[in-house]
Amino acid sequence: MNVGGVEIDDTFAEAFAMSGTAITITGPTRRWAMNAATSMTGFATSIIGCGCEAGIDRELGVRETPDGRPGVRVLILSMSPDELQKQLANRLGQCVLTAPGSACFAGVGGSASLKLGDAIRYFGDGWQISKRLDDGRHFWRVPVMDGEFLCEATTGLVTEAVGGGNLLLMGRSYETTLHAAEAAIGAMRAVPDAIMPFPGGIVRSGTKIGGKYKGMLASTNDAYCPTLRGAVGSVLGATIACVLEIVIDGLSEAAVAGAMRAGLRAIVRLGPKRGAVRVGAGNYGGGLGPFKFHLKELVA
Amino acid sequence: MKPFTFTLRGEPDQRLDCAPLVPHRIAPLSTAEIARLPLNTTRQKVTAGDVFHIRAGDLSCLRFEGGSERLDNVGEALAAGSIEVQGQVGKAVGRNMSGGRLTISGDAGPFAGSGMSGGRLAIRGNAGDLLAAPFPGEMQGLSGGLILVRGRAGARAGDRMRRGIIAIEKGAGDYAGSRMIAGTLIVLGGTGRLPGYLMRRGSLLLAEQPSLSPTFVPCGTFPFGFTRLFADHLKAESRAAARLLRGSFERYAGDMAVLGKGEVLVAAH
Repeated sequence: MNVGGVEIDDTFAEAFAMSGTAITITGPTRRWAMNAATSMTGFATSIIGCGCEAGIDRELGVRETPDGRPGVRVLILSMSPDELQKQLANRLGQCVLTAPGSACFAGVGGSASLKLGDAIRYFGDGWQISKRLDDGRHFWRVPVMDGEFLCEATTGLVTEAVGGGNLLLMGRSYETTLHAAEAAIGAMRAVPDAIMPFPGGIVRSGTKIGGKYKGMLASTNDAYCPTLRGAVGSVLGATIACVLEIVIDGLSEAAVAGAMRAGLRAIVRLGPKRGAVRVGAGNYGGGLGPFKFHLKELVA
Repeated sequence: MKPFTFTLRGEPDQRLDCAPLVPHRIAPLSTAEIARLPLNTTRQKVTAGDVFHIRAGDLSCLRFEGGSERLDNVGEALAAGSIEVQGQVGKAVGRNMSGGRLTISGDAGPFAGSGMSGGRLAIRGNAGDLLAAPFPGEMQGLSGGLILVRGRAGARAGDRMRRGIIAIEKGAGDYAGSRMIAGTLIVLGGTGRLPGYLMRRGSLLLAEQPSLSPTFVPCGTFPFGFTRLFADHLKAESRAAARLLRGSFERYAGDMAVLGKGEVLVAAH
């Protein structure tokens, strides 16, 4: 279908169930809260090589955080609760505990919980202090060199999280395609409970499953590589010079759909001259992932 | 629905054990059966109907109209619902309470909130000695919940408390927070001798400079993140406590005569 001059492929993004959580990181200033959040969500683009996918959901004002300081909400997802717990504890200990003035709180509820402060309280070497409020919230105070690291004991585990929502943006030039991708990312960042884990939210090295070399779980998506057009079974028409992908993870199917919808609308609004001429999505034929996000339904 | 009301007929002739008059114990009973519940503590039998004029209502919401310092064990083992006393109460109000809300508009006697593990106990007047303290032979005092005293508390408030929060708005007697195991005790107004005496862990937050035992060591003045959380949590119940908790505190670690992992935090001016 063609919407505002942008061709929308009759296809769907195929996504998978993941375990996810959210945490709120606060700091003495926006900058220091963001430093901790950026560090914690670093090297977390794809579970293929990073163990988890993580990103910044949004910045939080002083009225939105438990301790009345500037904050950042971070989402982190992995394939199993155990792996998520491992990644969460490691990243909390190395990236948030270490950041000057930081504090960390649960960012989501849930029937089950993941350890936050409960996992790193022993860093206090016996000087850690437990504090409970009578509404059930539990915190740890861990003495550190700039005062105390205040950390909620647990955060919620979301087992209905969804990973792998995606859009493939195709344009006539590198510049217009990147422009469209940036516009999409700008709109998608406003959608709560969803993250785009790749650098700046955009990935240029889309993958297909497997490869010719032994042990390669994934390799370049040759059908979408413009420089291989003609040499492989390309899906790109003659006018496509560049393809960029946006991958979306969310704490719910609705969050991923909402982000994809916002991205598609931004791409259509930009139009084919200044942005993308065609939008597709990646899937594995529909047999692998339980979630299917049909592009036509999202732009309708 | 209107509360189930006990209106005091007059000053009782003896101390009364009001423990049976809690929602979960009277819920299965008819009003007549409730009126026949014995409350006497001497050999002279006294029933609830002798002492109170009883008006049926919502059994999860009890109201005592009129109080006396002879009404002991009001709200004992309260687990859910609410009890309001318009007047004063005797010893051990809220003893072993685990949930619900208990409000006393007047003064409370000794051992208020003793053995409490949850819920909220609000005393608008003064509390007697040994607020939230264990009975003799017990190993721990308050183990959860929130106690708010608008007036003063007597000696040894928060003795051996293990968890939970106590906020006292107008000062406490000697040895506030004695033998604390953990938890948070907030005292606005002055404190008597040696607050935090033999405390092992826990936090004693004071608005005024105390006369501390030399076994507490000064650590310096800091803004503490956790006090801001407590300020937000308590602002609906005690604006004065919330105001105190938003500031910085001078930390004294102790009591070094015992474990030494507790702290007295004194408001920095």
